[in-house]
Amino acid sequence: MSDEIQSLSAVAAVAAIADGGLSREEIFAHYRSRAGADELNAFTWVAEQAPAQIEGPLGGVPVAVKDLFCTEGIPSQAGSKILAGYRPPYTATAVANLEAAGAPLLGKTNQDEFAMGSSNENSAYGPVLNPWDKTRVPGGSSGGSAAAVAGGLAPWALGTDTGGSIRQPASLCGVVGLKPTYGAVSRYGMIAFASSLDSAGPLTRDVSDAALFYRHLVGKDSADATSVAFPESIEIPTAERLDGITLAVPTALVDGDGVEPGVRASFEASLETARQLGATVTSCEIPSAAHALSAYYVIAPAEASSNLSRFDGVRYGLRRDESNLDAMYTETRHDGFGDEVKRRILIGTYALSSGYYDAYYGRAQRVRTVVAKELAEVFAGADFIVTPTSPTVAFGLGARTADPLSMYLSDLFTIPMSLAGTPAISIPSGLSEGLPVGLQICGPAFSENRILSAAYALEQAIGFNGSAAWGAKR
Amino acid sequence: MTEVDLEPVIGLEIHVQLRTATKMFCGCALGFGEPPNTRTCPVCLGLPGALPVANAEAIHYGLMIGMALESTLASVSTFHRKNYFYPDLPKGYQISQFDLPLCSGGRLGEVNIHRVHLEEDAAKLNHAGASGRIEGADSSIVDFNRGGTPLAEIVTEPELRSAEQAGEWLRLLRTTLRTLGVSDVNMEEGSLRCDANISLRPVGSEQLGTKTELKNMNSFRFIERGIRAEVERQRALIEAGESVTQETLHFDPKSESITSLRSKEEAHDYRYFPEPDLPPIVITEAMLERAKAALPELPQAREQRYIEHLSLSPESARLFAWRAELAEYFDSVCASAESLKPQIAANWVTELQGRLGDQEAEDSKVSPAALSQLASLVEASTITQGSAKQILDELVANGGEPSEIVAAQGLEAVGGADELAPIVAAALEANPELTARLREGDMKPIGVIIGEVMKETRGRADGKEVTALVREQLGLS
Repeated sequence: MSDEIQSLSAVAAVAAIADGGLSREEIFAHYRSRAGADELNAFTWVAEQAPAQIEGPLGGVPVAVKDLFCTEGIPSQAGSKILAGYRPPYTATAVANLEAAGAPLLGKTNQDEFAMGSSNENSAYGPVLNPWDKTRVPGGSSGGSAAAVAGGLAPWALGTDTGGSIRQPASLCGVVGLKPTYGAVSRYGMIAFASSLDSAGPLTRDVSDAALFYRHLVGKDSADATSVAFPESIEIPTAERLDGITLAVPTALVDGDGVEPGVRASFEASLETARQLGATVTSCEIPSAAHALSAYYVIAPAEASSNLSRFDGVRYGLRRDESNLDAMYTETRHDGFGDEVKRRILIGTYALSSGYYDAYYGRAQRVRTVVAKELAEVFAGADFIVTPTSPTVAFGLGARTADPLSMYLSDLFTIPMSLAGTPAISIPSGLSEGLPVGLQICGPAFSENRILSAAYALEQAIGFNGSAAWGAKR
Repeated sequence: MTEVDLEPVIGLEIHVQLRTATKMFCGCALGFGEPPNTRTCPVCLGLPGALPVANAEAIHYGLMIGMALESTLASVSTFHRKNYFYPDLPKGYQISQFDLPLCSGGRLGEVNIHRVHLEEDAAKLNHAGASGRIEGADSSIVDFNRGGTPLAEIVTEPELRSAEQAGEWLRLLRTTLRTLGVSDVNMEEGSLRCDANISLRPVGSEQLGTKTELKNMNSFRFIERGIRAEVERQRALIEAGESVTQETLHFDPKSESITSLRSKEEAHDYRYFPEPDLPPIVITEAMLERAKAALPELPQAREQRYIEHLSLSPESARLFAWRAELAEYFDSVCASAESLKPQIAANWVTELQGRLGDQEAEDSKVSPAALSQLASLVEASTITQGSAKQILDELVANGGEPSEIVAAQGLEAVGGADELAPIVAAALEANPELTARLREGDMKPIGVIIGEVMKETRGRADGKEVTALVREQLGLS
């Protein structure tokens, strides 16, 4: 029975529960025990039992939730020591929406501190291991969510993406990750990293699971002024062909030095598959993409430097040295924040300083506007932009921790869409050296249904099998 | 150093707590002295993950204020974050406005307005220990009930020239805001707070001198005293050949002393940037129409109307127009007796207010109807002015109906020759010397005769009528 449950996708599990072939208690107990025996350090907290009353279209299939989502009475530490033991008095809208749709909370997943990182090595609660190779990173910052799904510790998971934090770990772990249109999912109760970029989305075993999950995630929230109503309902994709679809490849970007040969080969193979499904593949230019990374690493730290000011020791979380006010601020934040968080607070504070604002923050915002305009121009002539999700497969633990810049390059292909606020999905496109490679498919704002549809057609044709990771007994 | 005439240049920054049902960015009801930290939620406590949502009513009030101050209203206005650390600021930043305020420019009375913007109030800190301030406190306790209360910050151009002018203008502003109904505008309770930017310059100079910012003046009296003290402090510095340092100052009304809070070098770099959690406010035609429809008659318009339509004296017109409650009371007095001349009614309202001190007329025991009845009785010569003032004293003390008091105490005027003539004759008879002088045309003693008659009639006689009877009885033309 256990292997049978393990083999079910979330959509299949929902169907099995609806048919009576599987009970919600059974699936919860199964994943509860898998998550409880976590050897990947993917979870920071696991539920004892499912809530008594679970009704709804998601049938009781439990969900793993990235730790930066506030969950009432349950530790929500955002991977940071400064929030050690913090239990919020309220639940994030995204989590509440999933619960209301019938997906109870399975556990909270590990992450880079305040979502700052691309390897999950910036967590105060230890690094997460990649289920495909435990000497390697799962990517980040939603590394715990990606590893939990890839390793079969959770049927599906909720993550967040600010510059690639859903897509990049999805790619490195061989699962599907969808970064929504900015505003489609409420940010209320998500511990903020960079408010104008943060998006919550699913990490799932396959595209259909992502669509079903996403259907219950979207919606205007009166508590989030930047949220918007999704203009249509999210459909479970069925397309098998890509006839009439044009895929645009930003050649200059994809042909850059940092792309590993194995990643390039998998990407080329995906393009060939797309052609066989009837798609037209063209090349496009995003001239400002080269500056997108720089702009991102001004805007995101600038917003973060402000967002993280509330961690001051006054009301919650860590508090150090109460001898006087300045000492309390200094010691609390010195001890509570990790190096990467401090680095970004410093960068962001500098970028917003009087006299530097225009040169840094102002200019970065102008780059952002140009990136959005250039993407819109591409979408005027093509349905989707496609790239590898990450230039590399999962790298070794510790391989990049000494060089923040090489870590930042992990997000080279994902950042332009974050700046533009447009949706993108990462799906597994194959293996390189035995490790998953991800394909990124990007569309204009609110094109999620079309993205999911194209991703589904490609997924069926590619036939990626992740069971080596999630099916493995451990 | 030669004597140069120096003139003060004063600009005001006024923070007004808006009387909305809920806070600026969350659904908490505004606090009014509840137990500490009972009007809070994740948003106004700055809990992780909480997000602000702008209060539409506060924006509506902001537009009303902008209209009343003849400001240019923004078509698109944005919120910014003002970043600094302090325990009363739970997010580590205040959501305020920066380069796109809701209202720009404008004018009230003789003073130009620089801008009006919306922001959120800080929480309240209570410091335990002798210092009373955070430095040196044994401990400090934060009450977040006030945190997040909507504020409108009104900034004037530096056009005021004296402490008295600043005080008087602030009263006009307060009445305007009270009339709008957007705030309690109570300085003692902190719903109206004022900082002053003060500098001196040689008379005739266009250039501004180095300014200081004077904070913490929580009454009209303190504002005038604080500004006066700071002007004198700067004048003494300049006349001694020293220079004024740009700094933020604290005025202690008890000792009248001014101390430095922080120098320019210690000033915060607030790192303003657009608040990413709030989309720009787009001001629609419907919002403007709603604000316009909500505007009541404002003090200056009321002053004009009183002068032009009611023929009030300029003094009465300004007195009432600048005190909204008094004006409403006056309007009610006029409305209860249409035949009453407005200036007569005005005089009686002023007479009443003189007896009430700080109490508002509407809160007194004298109803507008009673006051208009009293005035009408005088106008109809049913009672004398003197009796009316006695009756007013009685009304202020115990309330009641003037006509009933008149009847009960027999205060009807002693009118007509039949009743009054014998009393006048008796008074003349009792004072032969004075009568002789009167007969010779020396009218000085008439006051004594009138006094005698008043004494006899308990003030119910009319002085003019007494004079006429004296002349008649003594055969004077």
